[in-house]
Amino acid sequence: MGKNLAGKTAFIVAILVVFCFGIVGIPHGSLKQSIMDRIHLGLDLKGGAHLVLEVHVAEAVASSTDRDVARLESDLQKAGVVGATVGKTDAARPQTIVVSGIPAAKLSDARGVLQGIDYSSYDVATSTDGSSALTMKQAAIRDLESRTLDTSIETIRERIDKLGVSEPVIQKYGLGDNQILVELPGVENLDRVEEVIQSTAKLSIHAVTGGPFATDQDAMQANNGVIPPDSMLLHGTGSAGAPDQIWLLKRVSEVEGTDFRDAQPSQDQNGRPNIRFNLTTEAGDRFYKYTEAHTATSTTPGSMAIVLDNKVREVAGIQSAIRDSGEITGGFTQQQAQDLSLMLRTGALPATISYLETRTVGPSLGLASIHQGVTAAIAGMLAVMIFMLVYYRGAGINADLALVLNLVILLGFMGFTGSTLTLPGIAGVILTIGMGVDSNVLIFERIREELRAGKTAAAAVQQGFAHAWVTIIDTHVTTIVSAAILFLFGTGPVRGFALTLVFGLLANLFTAVFVSRVIFDSHLQKKERGAALSI
Amino acid sequence: MELFRGTNIDWLGKKWYFLGFSLIFSVAGVLSMLFWHGIPLGVDFKGGTQVRVEFSQTPNEDHVRQAMDRAGVRDFRIQRISDPSGHAANKVIIALPESSAADASHDAGRQSVEHALTANYHDSAFSIEQVEIVGPTAGAQLQKQAALATVYSLIGMLIYLWFRFELIYGLAAVVAVFHDTLITVGAFSLTNQEITLTVIAAILTLIGYSMNDTIVVFDRIRENLALSRKEALADVVNRSINQTLSRTVISSGLTFLTVLSLYLFGGEVLHGFSFALVVGILIGTYSSIAVAAPMLVAYQEWRARRGKVATLPSGKRAKA
Repeated sequence: MGKNLAGKTAFIVAILVVFCFGIVGIPHGSLKQSIMDRIHLGLDLKGGAHLVLEVHVAEAVASSTDRDVARLESDLQKAGVVGATVGKTDAARPQTIVVSGIPAAKLSDARGVLQGIDYSSYDVATSTDGSSALTMKQAAIRDLESRTLDTSIETIRERIDKLGVSEPVIQKYGLGDNQILVELPGVENLDRVEEVIQSTAKLSIHAVTGGPFATDQDAMQANNGVIPPDSMLLHGTGSAGAPDQIWLLKRVSEVEGTDFRDAQPSQDQNGRPNIRFNLTTEAGDRFYKYTEAHTATSTTPGSMAIVLDNKVREVAGIQSAIRDSGEITGGFTQQQAQDLSLMLRTGALPATISYLETRTVGPSLGLASIHQGVTAAIAGMLAVMIFMLVYYRGAGINADLALVLNLVILLGFMGFTGSTLTLPGIAGVILTIGMGVDSNVLIFERIREELRAGKTAAAAVQQGFAHAWVTIIDTHVTTIVSAAILFLFGTGPVRGFALTLVFGLLANLFTAVFVSRVIFDSHLQKKERGAALSI
Repeated sequence: MELFRGTNIDWLGKKWYFLGFSLIFSVAGVLSMLFWHGIPLGVDFKGGTQVRVEFSQTPNEDHVRQAMDRAGVRDFRIQRISDPSGHAANKVIIALPESSAADASHDAGRQSVEHALTANYHDSAFSIEQVEIVGPTAGAQLQKQAALATVYSLIGMLIYLWFRFELIYGLAAVVAVFHDTLITVGAFSLTNQEITLTVIAAILTLIGYSMNDTIVVFDRIRENLALSRKEALADVVNRSINQTLSRTVISSGLTFLTVLSLYLFGGEVLHGFSFALVVGILIGTYSSIAVAAPMLVAYQEWRARRGKVATLPSGKRAKA
């Protein structure tokens, strides 16, 4: 018949070997170890934490414009424009800075500053009364927000690195804007992890302009009912153990997170944990100017508030001028001091983050799930294989061989592509077994029909495959399309399911049609003319 | 061994029994969804906190409740876990509503449960096996994803059917699929089981499966129509179903075997998922014979009554 059965059989054996390699790689150590190296387990099987965070990128815009307000003030002064007020008048539009009160004589000088290169990311609009409004360009805002997201991802990655989690996943999360996905295998204790990631040390030092007040109303009353636009109210404790109070602070900070060059946990003279820090040279110069002007012995003594994550942590009078090294005591435990120093060293997060979704799986549940999934798979497979043998006799062996090869190819696919196996993924494997054998049933039933109609064994086989082929394609395509959509719109575990389903069905197209045919053909070639086909 | 040699059952003749059967289950499901358990949504969609706790001995639910109350945890629900394999007897799920998982204080619910148990529950040791906290933003996103996946799936199916068959075949298949989904979701409502993302995945899969099954019957109907143009449609359809009966029952039976294995041995985490598949595969097979085929014939008789051409279009391809 010249069907080149030998060649086809060799091809099938080659496929088997190749995909076995996909599963175990080059075997080293125990078989189980080799498999575990190639096939990655999802969090629901390995145990671990899955977190979705949202970065409040709008804050980055607000603090960027705050810094530019300060810079504009000093630039205008350098240009000799005196008496102008620079500030943000509308809290709802933090991207707009208003400059007003420019003396008429200095208008052109002012305009020169505003159009300088430092403010090129702003659109300048001058109104009739001589004031100008600088609004950050949309492109600049988007750029800033995207950079904030990227920096946040990098900072979180560094911190998690230092926590010693193996194979973490930290990436942008596609379901919404400015969202990050963090997956930490093997992490069970959420509390510490959440603190290290979230309280991301948005640390800054602000000048205190008023307070402490007991309530918001007291604060408003003391300022004639209106908070000056360059100030803000913050809650917090002035020292360890003090009750919660409210302070009026200057909005623009004297020192912020990026100014810290180093931070180390240490102890103060009473043995309580504190943090020693060093500032960068440039920040040190600024800080020195500020502290020198406001020491207790100067004409305008002042206090500073250390603000951590928008809460006042410590308020201290300025004893003497500080240049670039100092201490923060804030009622820290030793663990807190260590974590906070770590966060200061790796860099403060440019914006605060909040958690949107948290899922953890303990390792015992993960192990139980693997165990149960594999049991179900083996039970299902045995049930199917035994039935096929009983119902289709000789042809049943054919189907069972195809089934086993199917499984090998499916797992090999997963090994080659480095895909992740999840618990629904194991369910997908089980489902593939059931749906895959359907192709064999289609073909065998058709062959039985043709045999009943009186055709010879060879013709029946040929007709069986020919007629069933179209329906097999139909059923596989519809399920693969449906699984593809599940993959696109699903999250972790559901994706694992869609993946095994698709791989399994593709493998099935190969085994049910090509491999089964080759086995039938080689059997037909061997048996005597006229002998019945065992089906 | 052959179970279905030469069957000759008048399937279409029994269509009123089928209709009655389907109606009973659909209506029961709908009534439950409207007035009894509603549609129980999992934490993926309605947000909130779920803490799965494993105790070293079977826990006394009242003691757990007291432990929560004493710590001031409010609005909590304690659920036992149903698992045919019996592994989940020592486990309990403590669920808090969406307000416990607001984006600002996301972890507060979980911490309050953990502290309550540590402080007040002394009957046996316990460990927290699994935590799921879905805030309102994430809940809304996941709902959207599920809805999009479902819509695109159905559109994809329709396009494929339209391409392969005439419109009426497509419509009949879609009606059958809708019937299957309704009964499956009704089953969840009747048994008060939660619908999570993985359950939605299972439902989408069984939509595909039901469509497959219907396609197999339609393929045979189309093949037979091409062969004999003089036979009454009802007879052709009956014969097609009888011819494919063997394949349908065995194939579904085998898939059902594997899914049943999943339900019995697959553990509590996959419980909802496997339940959906068990119900769905049974109903999906049933609907190809009991819903899709009769719809085809009913449409044809409606066309004949209106005086139009008496043969069903055999699809865009004359030869399968």
